[in-house]
Amino acid sequence: MSTSTDHGRPDPEATSPTANSDGRPVSDRGDTVCVIGAGASGLTAIKNLREHGFGVDCYERETGVGGAWNWRHDRSPVYASTHLISSKPFTQFPDFPMPDSWPDYPHHGQVLSYFERYADHFDLRSHIWFGTEVIRVEPVEGERWDVTTRSTGGYGPERTARYAAVVIANGHNWSPKLPRYEGLEQFRGEIMHASSYKDPAQLRGKRVLVVGAGNTGCDIAVEAAQQASRCWHSTRRGYWYAPKYVLGRPADQVNDTLLALRVPLRVRQWLYHWTLRLTVGDLTRFGLPKPDHRVYETHPIANSQLVYYVGHGGIGPVPDVARFHPYAVELADGREIDPEVVVFATGYLPRFEFLDASVFGDSAGAGRPTLWLNAFTPGHPTLAVAGLLQPDSGLFTLSHWQTVLFARLLTARRDRPERAAAFAQRVRDRAGERYSGPVKESSRHWFEVGHADYLRAVQRALVELEGK
Amino acid sequence: MSASELRIMRGREWFRPVRPARREVLSAIPELEQGRPPLLFVPGFGHGAWAFAEHWLGHAASRGFPAYAMSLRGHGGSEPAPEATLRAYAHDVVQVAASLPRQAVLVGHGAGALVVAHALARYPARGAVLVAPVFGGWGVLGAALRRNPAGTLPAVFGGPLRLNRGQLFSRELPDEEARRYVGRLGRAGRRAQWALLGDPAAEPAVGAPPVLVLGSPDDRVVPASTLTRVARRYGSAPLLFPGMGHDLMLDARWAEPIDAILDWLEKEPAAH
Repeated sequence: MSTSTDHGRPDPEATSPTANSDGRPVSDRGDTVCVIGAGASGLTAIKNLREHGFGVDCYERETGVGGAWNWRHDRSPVYASTHLISSKPFTQFPDFPMPDSWPDYPHHGQVLSYFERYADHFDLRSHIWFGTEVIRVEPVEGERWDVTTRSTGGYGPERTARYAAVVIANGHNWSPKLPRYEGLEQFRGEIMHASSYKDPAQLRGKRVLVVGAGNTGCDIAVEAAQQASRCWHSTRRGYWYAPKYVLGRPADQVNDTLLALRVPLRVRQWLYHWTLRLTVGDLTRFGLPKPDHRVYETHPIANSQLVYYVGHGGIGPVPDVARFHPYAVELADGREIDPEVVVFATGYLPRFEFLDASVFGDSAGAGRPTLWLNAFTPGHPTLAVAGLLQPDSGLFTLSHWQTVLFARLLTARRDRPERAAAFAQRVRDRAGERYSGPVKESSRHWFEVGHADYLRAVQRALVELEGK
Repeated sequence: MSASELRIMRGREWFRPVRPARREVLSAIPELEQGRPPLLFVPGFGHGAWAFAEHWLGHAASRGFPAYAMSLRGHGGSEPAPEATLRAYAHDVVQVAASLPRQAVLVGHGAGALVVAHALARYPARGAVLVAPVFGGWGVLGAALRRNPAGTLPAVFGGPLRLNRGQLFSRELPDEEARRYVGRLGRAGRRAQWALLGDPAAEPAVGAPPVLVLGSPDDRVVPASTLTRVARRYGSAPLLFPGMGHDLMLDARWAEPIDAILDWLEKEPAAH
């Protein structure tokens, strides 16, 4: 694996000059693959493409690796206490385990150091152009791509380089989704999205309303219960709050034992409800609404502390927010509460502003592309998205296998074009496939996948690509 | 490696992870960083990291390779683990390899070569060297029973495997040294020993690392035919060092095999 000659700054002088449709110079990077983003999915894309013999240029708008997990990054959603919600074996890259000495659920600082070690171990940094953001990705003839970059913040000239393939790994937890409420503009208290929540000191001694029952919302509600003078937690519906440990083991490991035994969904749901009854009991006695769905039908919430603090009176569960008044918040049941701080833990939306929405079959431009395996675009065999998944488990394993599949697809395009053509046909036929049981429709659930269903689908795709 | 052999679903790894055990890792680091890949030496059953610390670690470092040697759980200075399995050993190797600063070359000796072969399926090593590999099967047992029935038979019933001087070393090695080495031997877990009798064939390696197989035709543990068979599995022929015993890293002419390994690493383009 030589590291000296096969990469370098795409430099118009050094390579044969071509021009794009606007007549601007384009440096031709030959068979090199472009990776957008050096977070978890981008790093594993670089590593796996390199392992399959491809040259890689990766563009990262920040100055370090780790993407969302690097708290120094201005788009990072992590807060001081963020911990993993899936245990180590489900979280790590399958070929680079987290150290045995780490806890079952590592802290975000450990996750960042894991990515930094991964980047150093496989010598990935020499392929990454830090402080460079991608502003345009355009398809050109020959199923190649023109990628236009400039320094983050818009300084310096724009450069365009032509690549054989592109992996989009720009993450989906950085563009906050803010719901609209009547009267929100008149509200005199402080309003923040969870993305700008970093430290419980921001809540200390205040009356806090946390909106949203995702994992982040629950974490913030727990911290508010510890720090704030009063905490309300507003949820649209009732949820199943799964403890992080069941039967003395990390809950996801217990769950996967059942999955491996191929216990049917109905039975697993029944077992799950029964376990919850044994531990936290009936939550409606605290005023929490009864879940309107069965377990496994929404993104799992792994939080052992929420119910504890509800039971200690630290968190007051309240229904959905109806409207805001200047000094009060009116709830759906007509009650009024008077928080000083409102934290919207209402999630994030994926965004691909550098790409024309039509490339993705996303005519509405809603950041909701139609893909196969949440990665492959019909009609564009050299484009892949990595990490656009909301798994019920760790994401990094899934990104790893997505990028292995893409690297092997690119290899097949070179060595066995008929296989690659058959793959492209499958992408057209099966785009939009889902990899989970029935889930509640919501903008955060359209890319929800069950990790076992999804990985089996990737395995099948690999076998179809390369098998007999 | 074709996709049909590639295993994505690893339920057991996910829901029954190997229990951690404290591990001994010895190292010898060159004074000047020369951009060479680190080597991780994995000793075979009964041996600990000490077996490599004797000669090979220092020698590799003197030639510019950062060198590390580990003891599998239950061996040397690692945590006792009487119920250790082959899977736990492979886990130990992958853990240590991933903890090294850069992508490592795995060097396994004896049954440690089998552990390395298993680890290669879980860690994309930069390269691998299998020294006098014991890959199990009835042939190895037959040879051991013929040479050393009293030391081998108890192992079949879960007792310790006692290797003797004649199996491990050539006559060139002074008696006193040989006795000292044999005295330091420990034992592997019985479940791991039994695994050698079954068919412990490893999954294909990830990342297609180059693999070098070497050994001695006069090895009394590993027959020359086994060397050829293992080397063929990795698409090469074994490198032979006649006149040496099974423990090539401790025998009198220990410098020849390690120099051959380092020469190979310097030449092998993929191992850089």
